[in-house]
Amino acid sequence: MTELTHLTLAEARDRLKRKDVSATELTKAFLDAIARGNDALNAYVLPTPEHALKQAGESDARLAKGQDRALEGLPLGIKDLYCTKGVRTTACSNVLGDFTPTYESTVTQNLWDAGAIMLGKLNNDEFAMGSSNETSRFGPVTNPWRRKGSNVGLVPGGSSGGSSAAVAADLCLAATATDTGGSIRQPAAITGTVGIKPTYGRCSRWGIVAFASSLDQAGPITKTVRDAAIMLRHMASTDPKDSTSVEFIVPDYEAAIGRSIKGLKVGVPKEYRMDGMPAEIEELWQKGVSWLKDAGASVQEVSLPHTKYALPAYYIVAPAEASSNLARYDGVRYGEREPGGDLIGTYEATRGAGFGAEVRRRVLIGTYVLSAGYYDAYYIKAQKVRSLIKRDFDEAFEKVDVLLTPTTPGPAFGIGEVSGDPVQMYLNDIFTVTVNMAGLPGISVPAGLSSEATPLGLQLIGKPFDEETLFRVGAVIEAAAGRFTPPQAWWAPVGTRRR
Amino acid sequence: MDVDADTVRRIARLARLRVTEEEVAALQGELSGILDWIEQLDEVDTSVVEPLTRVIPMTLKKRADKVTDGEIEEQILANAPAQEDAMFAVPKVVE
Repeated sequence: MTELTHLTLAEARDRLKRKDVSATELTKAFLDAIARGNDALNAYVLPTPEHALKQAGESDARLAKGQDRALEGLPLGIKDLYCTKGVRTTACSNVLGDFTPTYESTVTQNLWDAGAIMLGKLNNDEFAMGSSNETSRFGPVTNPWRRKGSNVGLVPGGSSGGSSAAVAADLCLAATATDTGGSIRQPAAITGTVGIKPTYGRCSRWGIVAFASSLDQAGPITKTVRDAAIMLRHMASTDPKDSTSVEFIVPDYEAAIGRSIKGLKVGVPKEYRMDGMPAEIEELWQKGVSWLKDAGASVQEVSLPHTKYALPAYYIVAPAEASSNLARYDGVRYGEREPGGDLIGTYEATRGAGFGAEVRRRVLIGTYVLSAGYYDAYYIKAQKVRSLIKRDFDEAFEKVDVLLTPTTPGPAFGIGEVSGDPVQMYLNDIFTVTVNMAGLPGISVPAGLSSEATPLGLQLIGKPFDEETLFRVGAVIEAAAGRFTPPQAWWAPVGTRRR
Repeated sequence: MDVDADTVRRIARLARLRVTEEEVAALQGELSGILDWIEQLDEVDTSVVEPLTRVIPMTLKKRADKVTDGEIEEQILANAPAQEDAMFAVPKVVE
């Protein structure tokens, strides 16, 4: 018998509906897995077992009465960037102390309204600033995957590292995440999970701790492409509380799974073939091309000439917006206050003590590029480059329906291996950040293993609001590549064997 | 781009961020490195390009100018580090 925690979201949904498992049994299986495995992985920063069991009881009552909703009884993990009413929310920053929201984010409210269950809050880089989950106030998350023949702890990617690790280690059926420069897709790629960042405006940002408002989007990390389609349908909505949320109807994304891609035009952007790209990444990319051709798609090279400028432009726009958004953490209305004599001294002490090194760095860069005399040279310049990046995509999408690229320049690295040099860390987002700059949807699908036997992903980039094509093509890659799960559940002390 | 110690202190002051003298030295190097890397944008000719203001064409939504929320004083103050008489309390600003 398969352990309950190994089920996909879709399988669990179907078994709940058939009544061969109850929401309470399912929830207890995950709570047990968290109790056994979280010490080693540090994926959850706040498990909420009582809350979960209460919701599970309500789901079982609804299931018994035949009043079950779309996600009834399905246990999820929630990134600590999402405000959850009555449950501590910190963005994994000391500056928020024990902040306990008195309101619920729109995305999580949508999930609870659909019947889902919250297992707890998941670790992330502080304010979602990072690509390795090493900047969290709660310490790093360890990737459930290890290099072949090695016990070295690897990063699960970031900033949604708790989400990717929890899904890969079966500590939840699926997780919410957020993506400002790659924070859903990069962690998904290096943990063998699926992650989609939808089009800007598809999910409400209301109640999600803001990092860079013109780039931030919510999305799921899941075990399969189908699960991602199910999750996104119930996370997305039109929200009067977010003026950038769009008024389009949310489609039934799951219906796109299994549709043929015969005749679909796929573009391969030549500028993504970077100097020094590892051979295994290039091979993976070619495999992806072959799979899509075998399924009846045509593949052509396209050009996105401003690709190399996306990352430096991002590191102006994102810190600028962050320095503005993070101005609210002043020790007056919420969070930890550090007394500093007068009011300004208190602001400075509170922020100096509350923000970690990477957040401080970005607040300072953001303040610098927005300061008098520099605004045009940096911020306006970056927004102009952003127009060019968007134009590149617009022109490419006149020729093709979807783009295929690698998700990351390499597999998971060791904890502490890259943290010395900020710019080296930023290069992790080289293939994902363009998508945020242009507001487009992007999905990462597991596609193979590296020479170290750790996961690698391929990314599909779509036209605005064409997530359905991403799910359709993503399912083709998944069917060809197969699913990837860690060979051994080393994090669970009893040495349980998987599959 | 060489960021000197005074610039780091000035920016930190603008950002209301206390930094120690040791941090000033480290930040000089880090910020200079990041700004050097950003400078490659100078290669791009943007003389006839408009800055991007929205990624998805949309007009800002408007709503009726009506109060739809309120009477939640307790909720607003629930996370305050210090409060007095239903107000946020801060160190004395005016002598």
